[in-house]
Amino acid sequence: MLNYIIKRLLMLIPVLVGVSLLAFSIIHLIPGDPARIILGERATEASILALQEKLGLNQPLYIQFLTFLKNILKGDLGTSIITNEKVSYELLTSFAATLELTFVAMIIAIVVGIAAGTIAAIRQYSIFDNISMIGALVGVSMPIFWLGLLMIWAFAYKLGWFPASGRLDVALNVPRITHILLIDSLLNGNFQAFKNTLWHLAMPSLALATIPMAIIARMTRSSMLEVMKQDYIRTARAKGLPEKIIIFKHAIKNAFLPVITVIGLQVGLLLGGAVMTETVFSYPGLGRRLYIAIMARDYPVVQGGILLISVCFVLVNLIVDLTYSFIDPRIKLD
Amino acid sequence: MKTTKSVNINPQPVLNNTQEKVGGLWQDVIKRLKKNKIAMFGAFIIGILLFTAVFAPFLSPHDPENGILTDRQQPPSSKYLLGTDSQGRDVLSRIIHGAGISVQIGVISVGIALIVGSLMGVLAGYYGKWMDVLIMRLVDIMLAFPTILLALAIVTILGPSLKNAMIAVGIVNIPRFARIVRSSVLSVKETEYIEASKAIGCTDIQIILRHVLPNCLAPIIVQTTLTIGTAILEAAGLSFLGLGAQPPMPEWGAMLADSRGYLRQAPWSVMFPGLAIMLTVLGFNLLGDGLRDALDPRLKE
Repeated sequence: MLNYIIKRLLMLIPVLVGVSLLAFSIIHLIPGDPARIILGERATEASILALQEKLGLNQPLYIQFLTFLKNILKGDLGTSIITNEKVSYELLTSFAATLELTFVAMIIAIVVGIAAGTIAAIRQYSIFDNISMIGALVGVSMPIFWLGLLMIWAFAYKLGWFPASGRLDVALNVPRITHILLIDSLLNGNFQAFKNTLWHLAMPSLALATIPMAIIARMTRSSMLEVMKQDYIRTARAKGLPEKIIIFKHAIKNAFLPVITVIGLQVGLLLGGAVMTETVFSYPGLGRRLYIAIMARDYPVVQGGILLISVCFVLVNLIVDLTYSFIDPRIKLD
Repeated sequence: MKTTKSVNINPQPVLNNTQEKVGGLWQDVIKRLKKNKIAMFGAFIIGILLFTAVFAPFLSPHDPENGILTDRQQPPSSKYLLGTDSQGRDVLSRIIHGAGISVQIGVISVGIALIVGSLMGVLAGYYGKWMDVLIMRLVDIMLAFPTILLALAIVTILGPSLKNAMIAVGIVNIPRFARIVRSSVLSVKETEYIEASKAIGCTDIQIILRHVLPNCLAPIIVQTTLTIGTAILEAAGLSFLGLGAQPPMPEWGAMLADSRGYLRQAPWSVMFPGLAIMLTVLGFNLLGDGLRDALDPRLKE
């Protein structure tokens, strides 16, 4: 087990170097002089030279890359060209918002997805099965930015149930400690802010949850159907166990492995999917920050954001792989 | 590029060698596919999409790009079946003209992914050793990014336009094909007929084109169908963010971006383009799932 973890961690090195090479390349692959593009056409020669100096663009390429790597390892991602804030600080605070959103979305997706998939499998070919599987098929094909807009139209504009944007009402500001508002509001004992945060999270998290929910439901259903055909389920039935125990004690546990794979993959994809959802709901998370940076040609933030999301994605995938062996000891890692 | 292209239109040699078996397989597949109502519904949606794309100029009741300003934000009516947008353009006509753009996005971006990915998969699977290690590491690095993010990064480098969005979506989908083709090649490579071809002195290229690739066709077809759906979705997303098709082009994602600010006043101009994206993607997903079941009946039960 330990050997496997070490081997996997070593295998991460070339991937991480590749990821940082791509993040580094962004600023150099854009046609033309980055400093000139960032500052726009009316910039003076002096300010261009100053920015080139500041970004280290006047040094040989390999030295620039090594400096870039060295700074990453120090946790220094440079400063934003637009806001002049430290990129690492900006990204981490907005990342906290995205983590919160992703976490709530994932809970919705897992709970609803597994429940719907399990019930659909137990009552195969019933009305519930048909409706939830059609729903899942539609969900997988759904452009979430469109779904988000429809939700805003229906629940914010027409019905007025939920706010169309933001994280928290301005009047309810809480001191930021972790920048995860659900935690911060509890740490401050401010339950009103906690409820308000959840209220703001409702629509974006539901929109973000749609696709993983659909995928998890489909996977759970097919995996449950597969397991329910196994001999040991027949044995359990033959010895007269109640159906509830068969399902909860014997079937679900074994049906879970492929579902976990899917859940893990979805966590990573959610981090990317957050770009769309956060843009639609003007939710101040990492995805929206990255989008604003791309539109404003704020390259240090773009580089840092891409780096941060990909590293998380890779780590989540690794954790998923490692989880297998804990859940299913039959799986040999090598 | 050229070599891979010829593969798809040149499976004849295999058909001649083992005509009964291969011909029978494809007939069975089509028979099974026809029985699958859900898959046929997907094919029906795709049929409508293609028909609309080809006959757009004849089908659309109004000019898709130049609206009548006095008819701004009209709700659906007999004159404008799906209403008009903030510039007085007929939403239905724009959706009809957008069909062709979506087909183009699907074909070009998946074409890029298919050709480059298959080439990488064949090289990695057939030659193995360092070639395999090199290519699969590259694929691993590409898979280290969530697809939308990688596409965003590529468009950032290339600059926002429909062409660049298609290239970006093509590139992010390369790993799917590389992996699938590689694993099929690995399983075909060890078969006796490949050994026989080698023994009678066929060159590597002959073996790959005539024997290896045609036998990997089934998973490639399924993957292509499913990826066209995803590609249209991803490209629409890029356009929605303003990084793909630019106004006034009637691309569906760009239409959503255009109308987004008028959600309160003209919700129909947001609803219908999105519905078009969803139905199209659904069509390809349904047909893709059906093809997978038809090509490998063991998976079905």
